[in-house]
Amino acid sequence: MQISGAELFVKALKAEQVDTLFAYPGGQAIDLFNALYGETEIDVVLPRHEQGLVHAADGYARSTGKVGVCLVTSGPGATNLVTGIATANYDSVPLVCFTGQVPTNLIGNDAFQEVDIVGITRSICKYVVTVRKREELGTVIKKAFYIARSGKPGVVLVDLPKDVQRAMGSDEYPEKVEIRGYKPNTAVHIGQIKKALETLKRAKKPLFLVGGGVNIAHAGQEMTQLAELTGVPVVTTIMGKGAIPTTHELYIGNIGIHGSYAANSAISECDVLFSIGTRFNDRITGKLGTFAEHATIIHIDIDTASISRNIVVDIPIVADAKNAIVALLEKAVPLHLKEWRARIGEWKVQHPLRMKKEVLTPQQIMEAINDTFEEAIITTDVGQNQLWATQFLELNGKKQLLTSGGLGTMGYGLPAAIGAKLGNPKKHVIAISGDGGMQMNIQEMATAVVYELPVIICVLNNGYLGNVRQWQEMFYQKRYVSTCLRYRRSCAAICNSPTGECPEYTPDFVKLAESYGAKGIRVTKAEEIEAAFQEALKNTKAPTIIEFIIEREVNVMPIVAPGNPLSSMVLESEEDAV
Amino acid sequence: MSIKKRWISLFVENDVGVLARISGLFSGKSYNLNSLTVGTTEDETVSRMTISLTSDDKTFEQVKKQLNRSVEVIKVIDFTDVPIHLKELMFIKVNHCTEKDKQEIFRISQVFGVKVIDYNPTTALIESVQTEKRNNELVAMLSSAFLNRIEIVRGGSVAIEAISLSER
Repeated sequence: MQISGAELFVKALKAEQVDTLFAYPGGQAIDLFNALYGETEIDVVLPRHEQGLVHAADGYARSTGKVGVCLVTSGPGATNLVTGIATANYDSVPLVCFTGQVPTNLIGNDAFQEVDIVGITRSICKYVVTVRKREELGTVIKKAFYIARSGKPGVVLVDLPKDVQRAMGSDEYPEKVEIRGYKPNTAVHIGQIKKALETLKRAKKPLFLVGGGVNIAHAGQEMTQLAELTGVPVVTTIMGKGAIPTTHELYIGNIGIHGSYAANSAISECDVLFSIGTRFNDRITGKLGTFAEHATIIHIDIDTASISRNIVVDIPIVADAKNAIVALLEKAVPLHLKEWRARIGEWKVQHPLRMKKEVLTPQQIMEAINDTFEEAIITTDVGQNQLWATQFLELNGKKQLLTSGGLGTMGYGLPAAIGAKLGNPKKHVIAISGDGGMQMNIQEMATAVVYELPVIICVLNNGYLGNVRQWQEMFYQKRYVSTCLRYRRSCAAICNSPTGECPEYTPDFVKLAESYGAKGIRVTKAEEIEAAFQEALKNTKAPTIIEFIIEREVNVMPIVAPGNPLSSMVLESEEDAV
Repeated sequence: MSIKKRWISLFVENDVGVLARISGLFSGKSYNLNSLTVGTTEDETVSRMTISLTSDDKTFEQVKKQLNRSVEVIKVIDFTDVPIHLKELMFIKVNHCTEKDKQEIFRISQVFGVKVIDYNPTTALIESVQTEKRNNELVAMLSSAFLNRIEIVRGGSVAIEAISLSER
C-alpha cells in the first residue's frame, strides 16, 4: 500500500512502542502533526517551549528506561532543542528527535525557518541524519531508535524535509536493521574478569566506585549483591548515587569536589579501585595525579573511549555494566575487610555530612523528602540545590534521582519532572530547584497544569545564583558580580553582602503558581516543612510550588578547591568552624 | 610520551556529512590534524580516508577510540608502524621563466623523478607524486631557486598496505 512519509512516521512510532510524543508544531512539521490527528495510541504532549520539551522527553526516558521522542519544526524549533540534546547525550539518555526541514529543493537557499540543524547538532549527538529520499525513511527511523537505545545510549536527530513527509511510498517499516560500522559490545571478556577478581582478592583496602553506567544498565540490584557478597565498600559519583541503597551499611557516599569526607578519604587511601560505569570526570577526580594514587585501578565501561582517558587504568574491561557485574557475581568470593571497613566507619563518624543549624536549611528540606516519600522520582536543577540534593537525599530502588550531571543545565528540573510524571503517573514526582534555575523554564508550569500533573516543585530561594556566589565568596575575594537576583537599579553598584533590607524578590513564586492555576506555598521555618508537603500531597490534579526561603549566603560543604587533590577538602565555611 | 607523526587509514560510509563528522571530531577535541584525504573505494558505498596527525601516544589512542565509536566509521587501521606505500600528489607552477630557468626546471625534474606536464614560453607546470617529505624537499629547492614565482597545490597523502615491503 502507498502511504505518505508522515503516515509512515506515525506507523514507525507505533512499531517502536512510543506511547508519549513530546511535540511542538510549526510550518515544516505540520504534515507530521496532521498524520497524528485523532491518534489514540500515542499521547501527543504540547509543552510551552522546545527546550522544556526536550528536557521533558529526557526526564521521561531516564525515569522509564524507554526512548524519549521529540518532534519539532525547522529553524527555531530545531535550534531550541540544542541545550536539551547536549544535556541528554552527555548523560547517555536515549532520545530520538525529529525536526521538520524545508523541502529538499529549498535546502541551502536560506529559506524561511531553514537551519542546518544536522550540522549544528553533529558534535552533540550520537548520530544525525537528514532523510533525503522517501524510500529511505523507514530504514532511517529504524536505525535511529536502534542507535539511540543500544550500546552507550544517546541522542539521534532525524531531519525530515517537508517533501519527504508528503511523498507517497511503501508502507513497510523494517523489523531489523544492520549497521556495519556499529556493533554494540554485548560480550564480557572472562579473562579480564578473572584478572580483576584476583587483584581484588589480594586487596587490603578495596573500594567500588559506581558511576551512572550502573543506573543506566539497571544493574542496581546486582551491584548491591556484588558489594554484599564481597564485603567491599561502595562510593558513587553523583550519577551513580542510588545504585546501591544509600542507607546500606556498605555505602559510604559520593566522591568528588562536593563529596563526603569519608568517601573522598576512602578514594585517597584505597589500594584497589574497582570502578564501574564512570568516565572519571574532572568534578570527581580533583587534581588528576593525586586521584586514588595508591590504587590499582580496574575499570569497566561500555565505551572504550572512556577507558584510560583521564586516569590510567591497570585492568580495563569493555562491557555493559550489568553483563559485567553478573559475570563478576559468578566468580566473586567474600573478602576479609573488617579493619578497612572500621576505618571508613571512623571517617564517617568524624566528619558526617551536616549543615549548620539555621532557621531553615536545605538539609532539613531533603530529610523531609526522605521521610515523607516512600517511593518517588526526584529531579533537580543545577547548582547548590542539586548538590544538597545529591548530598542529603536517600535513594534506593524505589527512589530515583534525575539530574543533569554532565552538562549541568539550569532549567532542567521542572520540565524533567513533567516528563517523569507523564511516564510514571502513579509515582510521586518532586522537582528540586533554585530560584535561578526555576526561572529558566518556568513556562512549563502551564504544561504541568494543563496535563493535570501533580508534581511538587521545591524552590530553594536564597535570592542568589548560589553556587557561583559561593565560588565568588571562597575563591574570588567575595566580589559578587551578576549573582544577586534581588538586585535592582536602585541598589549600590557594589554589594558583597545582603543587608537585610534588600529589594523584594521578583517574581513572587506563590502568586505566580496561583496565576498558572497551580498551588503556591511559602515556607520560612523548619517547622512548616512537613505541613507544606502534606498540603502539596492533597493537591492531586495540579502542580504545587513550595518556595523555601533559605539563608542567603549558605554554602555547599565540604568543597575541594579547583585544581586541588580530593584529600585537601575544606570541611566547613570559615565562619562556621567551631 | 613521544609526540610524533601518525597515520590512520579509515573506512567510512560514503554518506553526506561523514567528512564533517570526522573533521569535526578533530577540531572539536583539539586533535592536531596534518592532512586528510578521502575518496570512494571499489565499493561505492564505502569511502576510504588517509589521515595524518601529530600527537603523543595517549592522545592517539583516544583518536582511534573516538573514530571507532562513530556510527559512520566501518574500520580504523593504524598505519603508523606498518609497511605502506604512501604518496602525495603535488602540482608546482613556476611563473616568469626565462629559457635558462626552464632548462633548470627540466634538470631538477629529472633528478627528483618528477614530470613537467605543461608549459608555455614563460611558465612550467611540474607534477610530483612522491612522499610528503620528498615533496617538502622539492618545494624547498624550488622556493629558493624561483623566489616568489611558484604556485603550489598539494593533495594530502594517500596510503595503502604494502605487499612485499618489510619497511617503509
